[in-house]
Order: sequence, then C-alpha cells, then structure tokens
Amino acid sequence: MPTSKSMDERMQTSVPRKAIAPLLWGLAFGIVFGFMLQKGGATKHDVIVGQLLLTDFTVLKIMLSAVLVGMIGIYAMKTLGWVELYPKSGSAGMNVVGGLIFGVGFAVLGYCPGTIAGAIGNGALDALVGGLAGILIGSGLFAALYPRLNRGILMKGYFGDLTFPRLLKVNDWVIVIPAAMLIFVVLYGLERAGL
Amino acid sequence: MEFLTQVRWSPYAVGIGIGILSWFSFLISRKPLACSTSFAKTSGMIEKLFLGQVVDLRPYYQKIGLAVDWQWMLVLGVIIGSLMSALLSGDFRWQWVPPLWEATFGGNPLLRVLVALVGGGLIGFGARWADGCTSGHGISGTLQLAVSSWISAISFFLGGILTAHIIFAFIG
Repeated sequence: MPTSKSMDERMQTSVPRKAIAPLLWGLAFGIVFGFMLQKGGATKHDVIVGQLLLTDFTVLKIMLSAVLVGMIGIYAMKTLGWVELYPKSGSAGMNVVGGLIFGVGFAVLGYCPGTIAGAIGNGALDALVGGLAGILIGSGLFAALYPRLNRGILMKGYFGDLTFPRLLKVNDWVIVIPAAMLIFVVLYGLERAGL
Repeated sequence: MEFLTQVRWSPYAVGIGIGILSWFSFLISRKPLACSTSFAKTSGMIEKLFLGQVVDLRPYYQKIGLAVDWQWMLVLGVIIGSLMSALLSGDFRWQWVPPLWEATFGGNPLLRVLVALVGGGLIGFGARWADGCTSGHGISGTLQLAVSSWISAISFFLGGILTAHIIFAFIG
C-alpha cells in the first residue's frame, strides 16, 4: 500500500521536526537576546554593580525601554486576539522575601541569571567558575527545601496570577497608557538629570 | 553593517530591541523571555547523573520537569549571542576579576570566585523562591503588568541597591 507507506514516512519525519522547532526558536531568540545584552554592556559586572550603586543607569534604561516597547506591543496584540498573557502567580512571601534574597545575590555576584550567561560568552571566568556553580547549588538547595517552604512562607499573602488591569477591574489600556507615560517620564528625567 | 562591530549600542536601542524581541517570543513561541528556571533544571539534571531517577521525584522537579526545553535553549543562545557580539567588536576577553571589584578589593581571583559562588547561591535560591529573575519578572512579567513581577522587580533592586552600597561603599 504505497499511500499508507508514504503517510508513515511523513509522520516519521514530521514528529521529530515538531519537537525540535521550538528548541531552535528558543536558541534563535537567545542568540538575539545575548547579542543585545552584550551590546548594551549588561554582560559586564561593573555596569550591573554601577546600576545598584546608582552611578550608571544603563541597566535601568535597557529594562524600562524594553518594558515600554514590549508592553505596548503585547497589549496591542492581546487586544487583537493574537496572543495571550502568562502572568506568574505570586504572594507576598514569594515575591518580597525571594526578591530581597535575589537582590542581595544580585549585588554580591554582579550578574543575574540572564546576564551571567552573557557574561560567560563575554569571557568572564568569575561568572563561569564561581557564579554559575553558585546558581546551580542555590537552585538545588531550593528544590530540596521546596516542600517545606511551599507549606509555609511561599503561600503567605497569596494573590495568584493577577495583573494590574484585573486587580483594578478596568480595561487594559486604562493601565497601559499611564504606565507607558510614567516610564517615559522616568527615562526623560534620567536624561535630563544627566544620568 | 557597521553597527554589528560597535562595542556599545545606546541602552535605548538595546531596550527597544529586547521589547520587540519579546513580541515575537509571545507570538511565535507563546512564551515570555525568561532564564532562571533553566538553571534549576540543569542543577537537577546534574544531580540526576549522580543519584539517578530518584531526583525526578522531588516535588519541585516534578513541577518544572527535568529536560532541555525552549527556555534552556534560550539561555544557551544568550551565551552564543553574547560571544558573537563580543568577538565582532573585539570586546571579548578572558577575565577573572572585574575592574571595579579589583579597584575595591584587589586582583585576587580566588577571593572573587568565592564571593561570586556565594552571590550565585543567593541568586539561584532567591530566583526560585520568587519564581523568576530579572528577565522573567523584571522584563517579561512587568511588561505584562503582572502584580507578582512588579513586586519582585522592586524587591530585586531594593535588596541589590542596599547590598551594593554596603559592599562597595562601607566595606570596600
């Protein structure tokens, strides 16, 4: 039966291709992301620590302009029905406590998980030998403690996968437009202040 | 194509580029740009090499799954993209101690690596605790106006700004 044989062949070739395509897209997005982080200077310890010391505002400028452009585009595509959102669930126990622990590490290491990958590509050996090993150990430690933490502090003040428009029960653009204006004003203010 | 060999781009050009990249990531891959979960997966996969299948049964690894996925490839891509950018502009160099660290605490590589190990430990632990990092919460979550992400991003910088001042202004 030649038809069913060709069907089989087609299925055999289409199955792995289906599984590999998302991985290749991930790799492609990562290459562009890493390229831009390096061009922005965000793969450098001194630029990141300079931001935390409030002497170099490069990191904040990159993040806020990415959020401004990303937010408008993604909410426009959401309004058109092209994309859906993936807000993370959270709680005070998760995001405040975890965020502060992360922040202390951010200053001590001088890289974050995305920029440390970029720093390794840039040749930073403190990132490769010290920082990467530390992140792997810290993540593993959390995984070991997760059942106990999840019954306790992580669920304190749980609010779920809220977004500000849903929290305030308003149309998305009632928040997007003022948020965009606020970010623009902050960036404009940074430039006016010569930072 | 001269811009490809420039050492630095304006932070706004980079930020706008990352913002546009996030549109395509939502549109094509149906995923926000994020990095830190891949480190937890890698940690679990390494542990599995030594301890075997039992590692898969840990509740946290059941939740995230121990396999190379889209985001893991993204992090690999970041290394490659940064390397390409640095090589094109001549900005690549092997470096044990960053200049600002050296000016404050001296050029001993062992001290810097040990401190980076501790800092990395806190980052890895804190990113899992907060369920995200500077990419997943700081950029992708805040641009979706997620409440969890705005709280996390503010906490990252609050903790970071306080700690950096203690390390570099008081100790250093």
